[in-house]
Amino acid sequence: MTGGYNTISLGTGRKEFNPKKVRPGLELYIKEAGNGTLAQIGGAVTVDECVIGNFMASRFNRQAHLGGFIPMIDEALRYKPATRVEGACASGGLALTAGIRAVLAESAEVVLALGVEVQNSVKAIYGADILAGAGWYPDRKAGHAYFFPGQFSNRAGAYFDRYGRETARQGMARWFRNMIENARLCPTAQEYHNSTGDLDALGLSEPDGRSFVDHLNVFDCSKVSDGASAIAILSEEGLKRAGIPREQAVEVVAWAQVEEDITKPPADLTVVSTIKEAVRQVLERAGITIDQVGTVETHDCFTIAAVLAIEAMGLAKPGHGGEFILAGHTSRMGRIPFNTTGGLIGWGHPTGATGVHQAVTIWEQLTGRAGDSQIRIHSDRPFGLTVNMGGDDKTVVAILYKKP
Amino acid sequence: MDYCERLQKVSVLGAAGKMGSGILLLTAMEMADQLLQNKGQKMELWAIDLSPEGLRGLIRYLRSQVLKAAEKKMVWLRRVYADRPDLVENGDIISAYVEDVLGLVSTSTHLSDAWGSTMVFEAIKEDPSVKVPVLSEIAQQGGGKTWFFTNTSSIPISRLDEQAGLNGAVIGFHFYNPPAVQKLVELIPGKNTLPELVEFARMYAKNLRKVVVPSNDHAGFIGNGHFMRDALWAIQTAEKMAETMPLQQAIWFVNRVSQEFLLRPMGIFQLIDYVGVDVVIYIMQVMNPFLPDEDLHSPFLDALLEKGVRGGQFSDGSQKDGFFKYEKGRPVAIVNPVTGVYESTAPLDEAVKALIGELPGLTWKEVNFAPDKAEKLSAFFARLKGMDSHGARLASAYGRQSRLIGELLVNSGVAQSADDVNTVLKTGFFHAYGPINEYFN
Repeated sequence: MTGGYNTISLGTGRKEFNPKKVRPGLELYIKEAGNGTLAQIGGAVTVDECVIGNFMASRFNRQAHLGGFIPMIDEALRYKPATRVEGACASGGLALTAGIRAVLAESAEVVLALGVEVQNSVKAIYGADILAGAGWYPDRKAGHAYFFPGQFSNRAGAYFDRYGRETARQGMARWFRNMIENARLCPTAQEYHNSTGDLDALGLSEPDGRSFVDHLNVFDCSKVSDGASAIAILSEEGLKRAGIPREQAVEVVAWAQVEEDITKPPADLTVVSTIKEAVRQVLERAGITIDQVGTVETHDCFTIAAVLAIEAMGLAKPGHGGEFILAGHTSRMGRIPFNTTGGLIGWGHPTGATGVHQAVTIWEQLTGRAGDSQIRIHSDRPFGLTVNMGGDDKTVVAILYKKP
Repeated sequence: MDYCERLQKVSVLGAAGKMGSGILLLTAMEMADQLLQNKGQKMELWAIDLSPEGLRGLIRYLRSQVLKAAEKKMVWLRRVYADRPDLVENGDIISAYVEDVLGLVSTSTHLSDAWGSTMVFEAIKEDPSVKVPVLSEIAQQGGGKTWFFTNTSSIPISRLDEQAGLNGAVIGFHFYNPPAVQKLVELIPGKNTLPELVEFARMYAKNLRKVVVPSNDHAGFIGNGHFMRDALWAIQTAEKMAETMPLQQAIWFVNRVSQEFLLRPMGIFQLIDYVGVDVVIYIMQVMNPFLPDEDLHSPFLDALLEKGVRGGQFSDGSQKDGFFKYEKGRPVAIVNPVTGVYESTAPLDEAVKALIGELPGLTWKEVNFAPDKAEKLSAFFARLKGMDSHGARLASAYGRQSRLIGELLVNSGVAQSADDVNTVLKTGFFHAYGPINEYFN
């Protein structure tokens, strides 16, 4: 993969965001991200096929048929295959795996993979209804007003009950701080302008179940975001065609796409078993262990999701994910830096774009183009891992990348 | 009669007015909320006003406000609508709630529709000669079961009680403008007000999530007791200053000092405009006969009103011309009290520059919402003492006067404590600090 591009993640936190003013729509984001990547790979003529990941433009923007926006990016994309894929918040990840599949099947040498979501078109309380579409509709009635925060609040509550609250809560607050600090280094991040002094205090704000959910505060949650990301997936042949040297691309070593039954509740609220399975598969396919991974982009839609993912990856024992964060292992200076541009909490979470954004960040880090966000990638741990989750641990895409 | 029974038939008089519409909104939502928690009860709410057009506007206002309120209390609404399988998404529930609230409200231009009410909220003209016959008629038709809540901001409750023959079934329940937003309610029992009515009123205020400050039954109560004297002092101070400068300049100077140096949300003359020059005159007239040791009256305000300078607000909340003409909520021109013509304030800023001296470098907004507000205020007022300018000296004199007024309210038994006075000014007038303080010693 190469040629990654992110638009800014627009929403609360960005200085240019004004909820009362008319904002750019899907078209602008798709166009900016698409062109951003095309410009790095020799233009649209090199592209054989396009995939666009999107979750709910049909409701957020009353727009379906997103494949039709691909030729709008560049006229040279007319009459080429374009497919929209959807898997809730893993839609971006699905765009990547769809592209990878096309390349592996040799039906394409160069695939443009894009993800987009424009969510600030409705107030958060109605956005919660739309996002609840990532769950099973018959569960909606009994669910929380803020459906997904409610689901993950239940997970947090179960986790506190089993393993104790104190350390986990502190670990979650530290995660929030780390994410904001990382976002401050990335100009496209939604929290780039964040200048709050005491992030620990914010992160430890006591949840208020009367106005929100019982076990999470708003800082435990990812952002409501508008944005798009794009990246190109190329074969060796495709790289040659685009005239891109190998060292400017990351190698996709292995990938896993895992689905769980949406109509069934999680067997154990304290385990993200689908993420666990996806990570197991991807590492097995690559023939490596998690200790060889230099950096991870994980789907921290909520801080508790990060804690659970760390445990699912085998980095910490069950009940010890919070400690792992508190020990600094996941910070940008730590043993295995996570979400180096802020993740879903700091960079933002334009749902359908998130999976692609994760790939862009890993590509930037492994090819040394992450700017102020750059971390050191050690030669004995040249791998980057992305974990993109749709719904409550239902669709998971895990991809393992290697430094060129 | 329990709490819900008391809400069986509620009428709001003057429902299309600025205060009445807010009271109607809050009451409608309270009734709907009670019904959602106590299924099977019957309730009706009558919005009564002389203006049919105003009532139509009221329904539009209700719809938009209930929608906003519903969006904010979605967590609770989802719980109380749990038994409605047809309402699944937040959007479904919000729409149902809006309809449920509006479904309680009937509008009418006939006072007779208020007959037989269990509770009447009165927000009509601040004039005993208007209020008394209206309340009296409803009381007679209600067979003694009607409880009266009056939104008067100045008329003694006991007097209304006696003159309208309400037998203690009346209480002062003074909202601040706009009632839907302002947290403060002054609760004023008259000397014969029924204890169970007081108890109900407290519960009702609590359910409306209001901050209740009890006030004794003295004309003007706490809020206007302070504001009217504060305003009169400002007017008289400007008049005195006008011996050495043009009157407009003096008014502008006092207005700026009261806002910028006292860290208030608006200058005192802006506040008079906000309330309305005519309303201020009227409240002073109502209060004055009850204050034998004072003369709460400004001939200057009378003269302005004669020139047609009224202030007050348009129905969309924008400010009408008063002492000032406004653009986007900010004063841009000031009235010439002699000609009634508005002149730009820009040259006045130039003229008062030397008088005002060093500016505070701090605003109400920066102080009022700061986590370290107390420290900021202490530091600021300590600095103010060291400033040698007319602006700083006027601010100190103004602060001391405001404190005297506050103390007068406590000493004369209007307020029960200094805290109550401070709460009213902070909550009802959005002052960053109460008038009874140590900043101006």
